[in-house]
Amino acid sequence: MKLDASDYLIYDAETRTYRENPEQKVRDDVEKHYWLHVGRTIVKDWRLYIMLVPMLVVFLLWRYMPMYELLGCFKVYDQVLPVSEQLFSGFSYFKRLIAGGDALSAEFWRALRNTFLLSFYGLCFGFPVPIILALFFNEVRSNIARSVFQVLTYLPKFMSTVVMTSLVTMLVKQGSLTSSYGIVSQLLEKLGLISAELANGGLLNDPRFFRGIYQLSGIWEEAGYGSIVYFAAIIAISPTSYEAAQIDGAGKMSQMKYVVLPCILSTIVIMLITKIGSLLSIGYEKVLLLYNPNTYVTADVVSTFAQRYGLEGAAKGIATAAEMLNNVIGMLLVIGANTIARKASDVSLY
Amino acid sequence: MKRKLETTELIFKIVSYTLLTMFAIGCLYPFLYAISSSLSGRKAVEYAQVVLFPKDVQFEAFGQMFTSNMFWNAYSNTLFITFYGTIWALGYSILGAYALSKKRLLFRKTFNFFLVFTMWFSAGIVPQYLNYLNTKDVFNAIGIMDDKWLVIIAMGMAAMNIILLRNAFEGVPSEIEEAAIVDGATEFQVLSKVYIPMSKSTIATVALFFGISRWNGYFWARQMISNSNEHPLMVFIRLTLEEYTDPEVMSGWNKAYASDSVIYALIVCSIVPILVIYPFIQKYFAKGTNVGGVKE
Repeated sequence: MKLDASDYLIYDAETRTYRENPEQKVRDDVEKHYWLHVGRTIVKDWRLYIMLVPMLVVFLLWRYMPMYELLGCFKVYDQVLPVSEQLFSGFSYFKRLIAGGDALSAEFWRALRNTFLLSFYGLCFGFPVPIILALFFNEVRSNIARSVFQVLTYLPKFMSTVVMTSLVTMLVKQGSLTSSYGIVSQLLEKLGLISAELANGGLLNDPRFFRGIYQLSGIWEEAGYGSIVYFAAIIAISPTSYEAAQIDGAGKMSQMKYVVLPCILSTIVIMLITKIGSLLSIGYEKVLLLYNPNTYVTADVVSTFAQRYGLEGAAKGIATAAEMLNNVIGMLLVIGANTIARKASDVSLY
Repeated sequence: MKRKLETTELIFKIVSYTLLTMFAIGCLYPFLYAISSSLSGRKAVEYAQVVLFPKDVQFEAFGQMFTSNMFWNAYSNTLFITFYGTIWALGYSILGAYALSKKRLLFRKTFNFFLVFTMWFSAGIVPQYLNYLNTKDVFNAIGIMDDKWLVIIAMGMAAMNIILLRNAFEGVPSEIEEAAIVDGATEFQVLSKVYIPMSKSTIATVALFFGISRWNGYFWARQMISNSNEHPLMVFIRLTLEEYTDPEVMSGWNKAYASDSVIYALIVCSIVPILVIYPFIQKYFAKGTNVGGVKE
């Protein structure tokens, strides 16, 4: 708000003098003693603020302190010195990664590309499955049958990544002198999709299969659970909409097209936007547990790249810089997606 | 016209039942296969003769697990971490969410942003690792030598869960709170006597999310817990898998059951507790995601 002279001084016609505006004086007073006012409110309401403290401390110590350590990627990395005392090295790590022209830089670009591709394929193949599942659930009229289907398909979501990847590893494991290869490899071989040699070598040792295994196990794990949100949207559709469509002579497919899909479209759009927002935030655990040096070509993502160089190797500066690049782009995507979602549907995701 | 309608509907029904059945079997099959393989004899497992039902039934693979100290150690560690980790995370989350749900809280927007920002941006593995190392030093200096406590206290916070709780608390009608205040309740009493009982289902959901993530936690536990006696179950499973798929170990294997059976037995053991409580918690799980479409 722009102030002008009349806010401060009032012309008194009787005495023909100017005097101070009392209201503005109060406003000035509040502004001048703003922190005093804040302090008084906090003291008066101290219990509420005490409640906030543990949460703030936990997040500060273990979520924000690591962000302070990020300064390390602008400095020469030295384990002995704290971050604040290290020499400034500018953007050298970033330059090295982005335009180094050597094997390391190529590996980083490969990891970034893999990160993007893994989530992009997830978007293409994994995203529609829960929607289709929800449409099918809606067709099952018997409550018991539907509950059985739902319980069975939600189940894999409860398994930890370790159990899930262990099962996957065992199902497609390589053969050896004493034992034959995994049961899924056997099935694929019987169907004539892969050769016996390939199956014997272990599908997880072949870079061509990594993305497929990753997506399929992802669908196995997530699809049932992901369908909850769509199913909730479908059962919220009023039965009168179907009746009206039936009276107008709509068949099953037309009902699907003109009643169900428009009603769940907003949910689909929001979920799609969220997915696009998290294109670069791939969970590292699953990749880490499934990949091996044979499959780095298609499996290595930025966070596993960082894990390999930073935790197993000694190139902490490089690793930190690589992940920071990835996460900053990821954050921009999330914020962009959130803004679009808010504009499109009045629903903010966060 | 009428006749044609019915056929499309029928086809649609048949298609959806068939595909659903196939998908559900596909979801369940790996677990069934794990159970059968853990119970089958050596030859049946090694020559992949187990398809659905166990062959040449033996219980020694489970026996090996149940007589191993490492296994029971890992199991009790996981229970310990899950129990205390959930209580701790739920505690500060409820308190913080309650404060955030109050309109009169100063700098409310700033605090909210402080939380939400951690969902948008994470520092990454290496800085987190260094930070945990520092924390470990501090913990050791003040006398907490057990790395389990590091996992319990310093890990597993989730801003999303706090936001779920905050939204539930915001939904409690303010008249009830006012009535309690008129009756002389303090802030803590309002929280424990009004807000917590009135948002029980959300709290159960969030506790479940915390509990599951604790039970399943692997990466940081493996990085930060140096003493193998303190490893939780997931780390133990992974280490066993790495050991037992090593060709050297496998070629020297001379027991009456296959080495794979041990891994399957371990997987089955880790799933059983979840399967037992699954029917009871499933409805909360479904509820939690529906609340997930957060309002602001």
